[in-house]
Amino acid sequence: MALTDTEIAKLEKHAEGIRETIIEMLVEAKSGHTAGPLGMADICTAFYFHILNHHPEEPDWEDRDRLILSNGHICPVRYAAMAHAGYFPIKECLTLRKFGSRLQGHPERLRLPGLETTSGPLGEGLSQAAGIAYALRMDGKKQRVYCLVSDGEQEEGNVWEAAMFAGKHKLHNLTVVMDRNNIQIDGMTEDVMPLEPIADKYRAFNWHVIEVDGHDMSAFIAAVDEAKAIFEKPTIIIAHTIPGKGVPEIEFDYRWHGKPPTAEEGKRFLKEIRTMSGKVPHEYA
Amino acid sequence: MLNTDAKLSSHIFTDAIEKASTRDGFGKGSVEIGKNDPRVVVLCADLSESTRAEWFQKEFPERFVEMGVAEQNMATVASGMAAAGKIPFIASYAAFSPGRNYEQIRTTIALNHVPVKICGMHAGVSVGPDGATHQMLEDIGLMRMLPGMTVIAPGDSEEARKVVIAAAQTDGPVYIRFSRAVTPVFTTSETPFEIGKALQLWKSDDATIAILSTGSLGYTALVAAEALEKEGIRSTVLHVPTVKPLDEAAVLDATRRVRGVVTLEEHQAAGGFGSAIAEFLSQHQPVPMRLLGIKNMFGQSGDPDQLLEHYGLDSLHIQEAVRDLMEG
Repeated sequence: MALTDTEIAKLEKHAEGIRETIIEMLVEAKSGHTAGPLGMADICTAFYFHILNHHPEEPDWEDRDRLILSNGHICPVRYAAMAHAGYFPIKECLTLRKFGSRLQGHPERLRLPGLETTSGPLGEGLSQAAGIAYALRMDGKKQRVYCLVSDGEQEEGNVWEAAMFAGKHKLHNLTVVMDRNNIQIDGMTEDVMPLEPIADKYRAFNWHVIEVDGHDMSAFIAAVDEAKAIFEKPTIIIAHTIPGKGVPEIEFDYRWHGKPPTAEEGKRFLKEIRTMSGKVPHEYA
Repeated sequence: MLNTDAKLSSHIFTDAIEKASTRDGFGKGSVEIGKNDPRVVVLCADLSESTRAEWFQKEFPERFVEMGVAEQNMATVASGMAAAGKIPFIASYAAFSPGRNYEQIRTTIALNHVPVKICGMHAGVSVGPDGATHQMLEDIGLMRMLPGMTVIAPGDSEEARKVVIAAAQTDGPVYIRFSRAVTPVFTTSETPFEIGKALQLWKSDDATIAILSTGSLGYTALVAAEALEKEGIRSTVLHVPTVKPLDEAAVLDATRRVRGVVTLEEHQAAGGFGSAIAEFLSQHQPVPMRLLGIKNMFGQSGDPDQLLEHYGLDSLHIQEAVRDLMEG
C-alpha cells in the first residue's frame, strides 16, 4: 500500500535528522567517509523506520528481518539510523572511531548488538546475506534478508560468486540494494573499472532487477514491496543515489568518498541540511 | 616403550597396521555428527569425492551445499549460515581454503567469530603427484595467527573422525588439516581425544630427547623412537594434534629434563607447529631444538614416501636430528 504524504514527510524528517547526526559524528571522529553515508540516508531511514520488521529494544529477536551492510565503510549512516530508531542513545554516535567505542570504524558484530555481520573488506556481504537467506529458508523461516552493497565493490570477484549462488538457489527471500552513486576512492566507477551494463549483468545471473531513484522514499519502498512479490528469483534494487546528498557543495564529488568534514565545514554542511540549501528557514541554522 | 594409557593400535610396528587417509575420518565424522546434530551442514567447492564430503551428501542431501569452484564464496556463505544458526563445515583443498579465501576467513569467520569449521584437505607434500600448487605447506601458520581460531592436525583417520565430532561441539571457528595419503591408523576408538590435549605415544624413563609431532607424522616419530631406543637413546614422543590452543602443560612435561627437542610437521618449518613450540618453550623452558619441516621451499610431484624422504621427514632424518642434538 502506498504511503500517504504525511507518512513520507515523516520519513524525510527522520532522514534529515540522520544526516545531521552523520555530519556531527564525522566532525567529532575527524576521520571516516562522508559521501556514501549521506547518499544512503534516505534508504537507511526507509529500512529502520518502515521496511524492517525489528525490535530495537531486542536486537537479537529471532524472527527479525536481517539487514546486512556489505560496504562497511558507510557505517556512520547505519549507526545514526540505528540510534535514531532507538537501538542506543544518539549521543553515543559521537564515539564513532574512538578508543573503546562500540561504533568501530568498520562495523563489528561482536561489539554492537543489532549488527548482523562484521564488514568492511568489500565484496563479502552479498554471500553472507545469501548464506543467511539460504539457512533461514532451510528452516522454513519467513523473515526477509536485505543486503546493502556499493557499486564499486561489484569489482570484487566474490560478489559474482555470490550472485551465481543466489541465482542458482532462487533466493527470493533476499533483496539486495546497490548504492549506485558512481563514485569510488580513485574516481568515477566508469573510469576506474566500468560496471555498466550492471542491470543486465544481474539479469544474466538470473536476478530480478529494479532501478529506482534512491532519494524517492515512496518509489524505493514500492521497489522493496515489488521484490517481496517475486518468488522465483532474488532481487537487486539498483538505487541511483547522489553521493553527499543534502550538502550541495559536496554532492557528486568523489573526493568526499573517504574524508570527514572539518569543524568549519561541518557547521556549513549542517546549515545546508537544516535549511535545504537555504530554501527553508531553520530555527537552529 | 609405547604408552599403554594411549590405547594405541595393537598392530603398531607391524605390517598388519590398518592404513587410511585422514580425509576418510572427515567423511565418517561428519556423517556421525550429522546424525546427532541437525544444525550441521557441509559445503564443498566441487571436490565432494576427494574431500569425502560426498559421504555426508549421500546421508543428508538436504544439508549438503554444492558451492562450485568458489572458495571465497564458500567461506562467506558459511559465515552467513552460521549467523543463522547452522554449524557449517567447509571442505576444499587447503591450498584454496584457506589459501585462496584467507581474508574472507579472517574477517567474516575469525573476527566475526562464528562457528564455521574449515576443513583443509590435501595438506602437505604427501599429496604426491599433484605437485607444488596443490601441496599446501603454509596453512598451519596462516590459521594459527588468527585470534580465536582453533587449529588441529589429526594424526590418523580415527583421530580425524573424533576431531570432526569435537569441532562441531565447540563454539567458535576451527581449522582442521587433512591429508590425502593413506597412513597408519595408530590410534583406536579407545584412544582419548580432546581438543587442546596432546597425547604421549612413547615414553622412556629418564628420556633425553623429546620428539613432538603434529598430523600423521606421529607414526613416523614412533618408528624413530623405537629405532633410537635400540641404539640406547631414550626418548619421549608427544603427538600434538591441537596446534592451537597448545597443551602447554603436556609440552612442558615432555620437555622438562631432556637435552633436546625435535619437532616434526609436513609444513613450512617457518611459522608452523615447530615455530609454535619454539615460541612457547623459548619463553618458558628453553631447550635446544631442531625443527623438521619444509625449509623455505615448495613441494613437487612424486610418491608420498619419496617426497617425505626428500624433504627430510622420514624416520632416518628424525634419528639424524636426534643424534645431532645429543652431540651438541
